[in-house]
Amino acid sequence: MSQSIITPKNNEQVTYLRPSSGWSALNLRDLWNYRELIYFLIWRDIKVRYKQTALGAAWAIIQPFFTMIVFTIFFGRLAGVPSEGVPYPIFSYTALLPWGLFTKALSDAGRAMVSNRAMITKVYFPRLVIPIASVLSGLVDFSIAFLVLLGMIVYYNHVPGDYNTIAITPAILTLPLFILLALGTALGVGLWLSALNVKYRDINYILPFLTQFWLFITPVAYPASMVPEKWRWLYAINPMTGVVEGFRWAMLGTSGGPDLMLLVSIAISLVLLVTGLFYFRRMERTFADTV
Amino acid sequence: MTDLAIRVEGLSKQYTIGTSPERYETLRDNIAETIAKPFRGIKQRMKAHSNPQLALQSPRKNQIWALRDVTFDVNKGQVIGVIGRNGAGKSTLLKILSRVTEPTEGYAEIHGRVGSLLEVGTGFHPELTGRENIYLNGAILGMKRSEIDKKFDEIVEFAEVAKFIDTPVKRYSSGMYLRLAFAVAAHLEPEILVVDEVLAVGDAEFQRKCLGKMSNVAHEGRTVLFVSHNMSAILRLTEETIVLEKGELVMRAPTQVAVEHYLSSGYAEIGERAWTKDEIPTTSYPFSPVAVRLRDSRNRVIDTLRSVEPFTIEIEYQLDEPIKGLRVGIYIMTTRGEFVFTSFDTDDAEYYDRFRVRPAGKYISSCHIPADFLNEGRYLVGINASSYRIKRYFQDEQAIIFNVDPSGAPGMQWAEPRLGPVRPRLNWQIETVSQETTLKSTTSTINLE
Repeated sequence: MSQSIITPKNNEQVTYLRPSSGWSALNLRDLWNYRELIYFLIWRDIKVRYKQTALGAAWAIIQPFFTMIVFTIFFGRLAGVPSEGVPYPIFSYTALLPWGLFTKALSDAGRAMVSNRAMITKVYFPRLVIPIASVLSGLVDFSIAFLVLLGMIVYYNHVPGDYNTIAITPAILTLPLFILLALGTALGVGLWLSALNVKYRDINYILPFLTQFWLFITPVAYPASMVPEKWRWLYAINPMTGVVEGFRWAMLGTSGGPDLMLLVSIAISLVLLVTGLFYFRRMERTFADTV
Repeated sequence: MTDLAIRVEGLSKQYTIGTSPERYETLRDNIAETIAKPFRGIKQRMKAHSNPQLALQSPRKNQIWALRDVTFDVNKGQVIGVIGRNGAGKSTLLKILSRVTEPTEGYAEIHGRVGSLLEVGTGFHPELTGRENIYLNGAILGMKRSEIDKKFDEIVEFAEVAKFIDTPVKRYSSGMYLRLAFAVAAHLEPEILVVDEVLAVGDAEFQRKCLGKMSNVAHEGRTVLFVSHNMSAILRLTEETIVLEKGELVMRAPTQVAVEHYLSSGYAEIGERAWTKDEIPTTSYPFSPVAVRLRDSRNRVIDTLRSVEPFTIEIEYQLDEPIKGLRVGIYIMTTRGEFVFTSFDTDDAEYYDRFRVRPAGKYISSCHIPADFLNEGRYLVGINASSYRIKRYFQDEQAIIFNVDPSGAPGMQWAEPRLGPVRPRLNWQIETVSQETTLKSTTSTINLE
């Protein structure tokens, strides 16, 4: 499967099938040929996601919104966590958006290979299509929840309070970069987990635990500035630190602008993504036999 | 440019039992395995000591060759059938050729775009409408959106679901669902088509339509590799056929010859077929076949019977739990693959009522076949145990094989073979309407040809 080479020779497509071993090339061209399948799988996920639910797409808002309320009560009010000069609800909600995108992408991608086993055992297509589609399909929920954020900013700008007005600055143009970073990280980790999940179903149990754990080491409920300076570099090894801090900076103009920490995050994220891609490709050939 | 479409050389596929689809590993298993390994060696050696034959078997025990050293070529435009019993490696071969899985050894070379139909309706989502599923399924099968747009109306028409095209497919009847699924697949237009058993779906009417569509494909000059258990479909659609047996290619011949070989040399037993415990698939529970026997009028188990004598086919089986609506039956098939008839033990309304629920226990269902029924030739008995529309517990298409000797049958004064699988003794009347006294000629002739 992974060793099949397609060479247009005399206008003819020739596929060679042989056993393969070791690491194989990513074969991105094959992936490109199947881009429509990625599109259709995303479309299926979106169409099906809220079918037969009473609240429908409102779920995309309810989840981050209620988490924000809980955070505001417990971290903002009771624990008195600082929020860098912006209202705490906005502070945490802004972080919950990329965080939600990340966790959804991660857990969907981690389970994707197993939940699509019927397709994997019956039809050929580049297997990378599946985790990529499940990561991208989270963008729709993200966009809906993002509109709520804009609404909240407008609201807080009109309600007098003990904080600065939030101005949308040109920094917002860097937002896609942070979204990309969140998706890249989710895909990288998701590829590792989905490939492992084919063989070891332990991943199903690791996933919820992993996302919960990861939430605490990411500055969602608190600012990164609470972490002592000398430990920041260690803290930045978690690429989601760069994503969340950068997201806040781009939206709210809080202090955590792009710095060395962001570079560390990007580097780690790239490492995860590239190793994930190669590991996935290596394991891919046995998927149909083991899933 | 050659006219080669597929070249397969020394293709083998090994599966490790234990990572079979039914079981998956967990990390704990792997850890347990590592710990248990050193002890297993000792245990095996101890066993081998008492039974030397085991020592030879044990290293290979967990690995099976689903396909072993298969070599063949297919030229462009050829339509090749692939037949063999369950587990002979047919599906594995198709899976390798359609790139779902990799070979363990050997190689294959495919010239042209491959479309594979290992199943219809792959990726269908019950919540999506017919229209949406056509696009989704088409994309999964490798069709471009523009291609689907072009063929959309044709697909809907073929599937006969125009009225329900915007209804979620979960509301479809199973027939509609299958029709739609097949329709999408049938409109795939690759240069090489690899098809597995997909025709075994739907009602008779639709099957005929599918077969028609398939033979169109075959006549368009496309290369087709076609796996089926349906011998009459194989005979109708293919010129040449490959016979696989236990993963190996045992024959490649014109379809007629290959089908005859497959049906007569299979594992079908002479006169009696008994099943051992490990031959019975776990899926057949609570039904387990014990034996099928062919008895002549004097109650002897035989493999050759006379056309002019009645005979009995008996199926002995055990039920470990009561089964609702169970019917146990036989098919008789010629070695050319034509069905002669199908009959079930609860066909009779009175029996049907009496055995609405068959309690657990041991049973023998016997079918008495009258004298002067089958024509001379070789026949296969297939058995089937199922509950209509609920579950097929067990099926074996070739349980026994037997010969029919025609001596004494009607028409034996002419030494010509009679066409058709049955040879009934029928009542003929010859009525003389008028007769010339000279007896120069007779007006009545019986023309049987």
